[in-house]
Amino acid sequence: MTSNDKIIEIEVLRYRPEQDEKPFLQSFKVPFTDDQSVLQGVQYIKDYLDGSLSFRWSCRMAICGSCGMMINGVPKLSCKTFLREYYPGKITLEALKHFPIEKDLIIDLSDFINKLESIKPYIIPAAPRTLEQGEYLQTPRQLDRIAQFSSCINCMLCYAACPQYGLKPDYLGPAAITLLHRYNEDNRDAAKAERMQLLNAHEGVWGCTLVGYCSDVCPKDVDPAAAINRNKLNSTMDYFLRFVAPRGGN
Amino acid sequence: MSKRSNEPIVWSLFGAGGVVVAHTMPVLIFVTGIAVPLGLVSADVLAYERLAGLADGWFGKLFLLVIISLPLWQSAHRIFLSLHDFGITGGETFFRVVFYGAALWGTLLPLFLLVGM
Ligand code: SF4
Ligand code: FES
Repeated sequence: MTSNDKIIEIEVLRYRPEQDEKPFLQSFKVPFTDDQSVLQGVQYIKDYLDGSLSFRWSCRMAICGSCGMMINGVPKLSCKTFLREYYPGKITLEALKHFPIEKDLIIDLSDFINKLESIKPYIIPAAPRTLEQGEYLQTPRQLDRIAQFSSCINCMLCYAACPQYGLKPDYLGPAAITLLHRYNEDNRDAAKAERMQLLNAHEGVWGCTLVGYCSDVCPKDVDPAAAINRNKLNSTMDYFLRFVAPRGGN
Repeated sequence: MSKRSNEPIVWSLFGAGGVVVAHTMPVLIFVTGIAVPLGLVSADVLAYERLAGLADGWFGKLFLLVIISLPLWQSAHRIFLSLHDFGITGGETFFRVVFYGAALWGTLLPLFLLVGM
């Protein structure tokens, strides 16, 4: 820290379950330079102002997906957002919306993890492949169908953005549906029929009301809203085609 | 979690309505709201006899039914979903009956009238 550092006010929503009745805002004055991220701001608070502040982070380069928080009400990765964007105004940081707070900026993500597990986010081949058969081959075009949807980093910003997830916690939600789509569309996978059952449910793709804010906040340009919309079509085809081709539906 | 939703029925009407609205409404608004009032196109194109003539053939009847009915389903479903977005989550059955009922009425009434013409 040098004498020409600027000072920004950072307000953080604190909640320490063992001593606080309910969450409250605590304000800090943080010196910063133009190249510092919001994550570096909270790290400064932890190192120099209040060592009890808790938050998640790891990679500092928008790839681990652990540093998401509400920054002035918008879900963002704190390592990908710069303090200078808010100066001279103040910054308010809160735990990701729609999730229970474990402590301070740390949320309980079990609901998301359970949903992620439920969609079987891995390739389930029709028949196991032996070593002698070698690797699975995929053409550039086949890769293209899934590449965008496979860049999800599980940061949950889209869940914090989705008003429907806030209203109906059972809703499978943007990232899980997007990853489900990514595996269903993979030419090496054969578990589509099984995953379709999750999509076809009211809590599946039909929980979406086409708000689209998930795609706005996604830091990796995954466009979960596009994946959801394609699957409304898939689910509709599945709905009507099961009468025509009984083996196609379920 | 895996009970199949019946949403595809209204969603397909909603989707079809969206396509119809996107393709026909701009033209209809242009003709009825801009071109004729500004005199770019003669008012005769909207003359009653001429338009009623559309309903003479089966193709015309179908066209009229489609552009009347499907946009209603589109709007009904959109309003229904928007209520939920605004946090009005109660009375789901009531709102479904009101909005889808209106769209259904807007489908059956023209259907009877057109078939009877
Ligand atoms: S879809 Fe985007 S916002 Fe949602 S979890 Fe994945 S990377 Fe994050
Ligand atoms: S610290 Fe890894 S995404 Fe921000």
